[in-house]
Amino acid sequence: MRTVELTKHYGAAIALSGLTMVVPRGEVFGFLGPNGSGKTTAVKLLLGLTRPTGGEAWVLGRRAGDRETRSRVGYLPELFRYQGWLSAREVLALHCKLAGVTRAEWPAQIDDALSTVGLSGHGGAKVETYSKGMQQRLGLGVALLGNPELVVLDEPTSALDPVGRADTRTIIRRLRERGSAVFLNSHLLGEVEQVCDRVAVVSGGRVLATGRLDELLGTGGVRLRLAGIDGVAHSALARRGTVTESDGWVTVAGVPADAIPDLVTELVAGGARVYAVEPMHQTLEERFLALLQGEEARWQR
Amino acid sequence: MAALTIARLTIREAARRRLLLALAILTLIVIGLTAWGFQHLATLTQPDGTPLPSSELRLATSQVLVLVEFMFSGVLALSAVVVASPSISSEVESGVALSMLARPVSRYQVVLGKWLGFTALIVVYVGAATMLELFAVNLTTGYVPPGPVPLALYLMAEGVVVMSLALMLSTRLSGMTAGVIALVLFFLAWIGGVAGAIGQVFGNAAISNAGTVSQLLLPTDGLWRGSVYELEPVLYRDVLGATTDRAGNPFFVQSPPPTAFLVWTVCWVALIVAFAVWSFRRREV
Repeated sequence: MRTVELTKHYGAAIALSGLTMVVPRGEVFGFLGPNGSGKTTAVKLLLGLTRPTGGEAWVLGRRAGDRETRSRVGYLPELFRYQGWLSAREVLALHCKLAGVTRAEWPAQIDDALSTVGLSGHGGAKVETYSKGMQQRLGLGVALLGNPELVVLDEPTSALDPVGRADTRTIIRRLRERGSAVFLNSHLLGEVEQVCDRVAVVSGGRVLATGRLDELLGTGGVRLRLAGIDGVAHSALARRGTVTESDGWVTVAGVPADAIPDLVTELVAGGARVYAVEPMHQTLEERFLALLQGEEARWQR
Repeated sequence: MAALTIARLTIREAARRRLLLALAILTLIVIGLTAWGFQHLATLTQPDGTPLPSSELRLATSQVLVLVEFMFSGVLALSAVVVASPSISSEVESGVALSMLARPVSRYQVVLGKWLGFTALIVVYVGAATMLELFAVNLTTGYVPPGPVPLALYLMAEGVVVMSLALMLSTRLSGMTAGVIALVLFFLAWIGGVAGAIGQVFGNAAISNAGTVSQLLLPTDGLWRGSVYELEPVLYRDVLGATTDRAGNPFFVQSPPPTAFLVWTVCWVALIVAFAVWSFRRREV
């Protein structure tokens, strides 16, 4: 998927402002952003459900919204609703038909989808009798029909309990193993952190940062409990990053994980007594908040 | 192909939501009641106790039948509007349309599919209800209107016209708003037709032309008049129709709708469906 300056206005309101990004094939891509950042608008533009005010987008090598391409894409909308008067099997059969799955494959595809999303025993029940979580599971099953090359999941676990969320992560990993790309639109950072290869953080319709998770999170630092530190030890710490002290802990931000053993060796050689060493890992949440705060500060300037 | 899938889905929805069952039960009740009424009509006598002459019985039967069909036409229009006006807007608002439109389905297929599904429902329902009613009338009074098949076709066309209007409005407006607009236009067209006929009686060109324009803007009244024409005994048309004072009567029609009007009706439906497709294609979901 590729977008160039993709823009969407609803009257005077700007939903998406010049979104430029590239999503490689065969990866699980997390699209992160606060509420109202334009995530769902971006998804709708990529699927041709709305038309851009400006810019361009390509999906699986063709213009976004291309009819043929849509047969190779599965989609779970954020607002997931299916015909309540149909059974789950009938909803899946309808989507098999619309997706162009050959009729001979329907039973296997439907059984597989129901089993994958944990609804095997409920396929004959009317959708209107389903709980919200079951409807979201059904929506996920619908998105998996026809072995799509790209699966777009817009907040796929918003109605799911912890078990359902774990199941969804398993499904996403299986899709990756099968070679399908997954575009995961979410504001649940933990979820994204666990399954995504690459992420983009958006705010105000713009990409603030994008890249592999490990690149984006960078290096956290290290927390140490020390005694007997002198000027030499202090300078060894300061050389490696920003030093702060609090509650008996010395924190050095920006130390790469593989540099921590050398730092400890130097401290010990300098006469310091080392009681504890905790490598710090910057969470996605911290990085996400830092990016948003940076963006806010930029706007205030 | 996708249009036929959507058409089948539309019919299935009507069946699953028990719309067809409700219509069938209500229609059978109404037909039963009217049959009972017609049976009593057939036993009416003159003041001297002798049975009504068959010509008068035919006339009375046809007039009551026109009133029954008038009610049926109103119920048909109302039902078509209630069913069609939320059909697209409610799916867009609820989110059902999102997952369907993300499939390789064109917007025109959705509109056309729904239109085909509703048209099939109207054709089957009107055909069955009209034939049952006429059968009941024939059984109780012996009266058969001169054109039962054209009568059913006019009523079907009336239903399709008003349904097409409601479906078109549904591509942009909420079900409630689209329904109200479609019904107001339907009744305005009827009033316009009556006013036009009165204008003709009094030789007022402006009112007469306004009536014609209203019939062209929404052809339901012209089609209703076609169905009335097919219900009247031939003798009644020929003898009483010669007096101009009946021209303003909405329950009497002297001549069938001209062919040009019927051609215009077909074009009107095609234009409305084309406009609905254009409108839905531009709709953000």
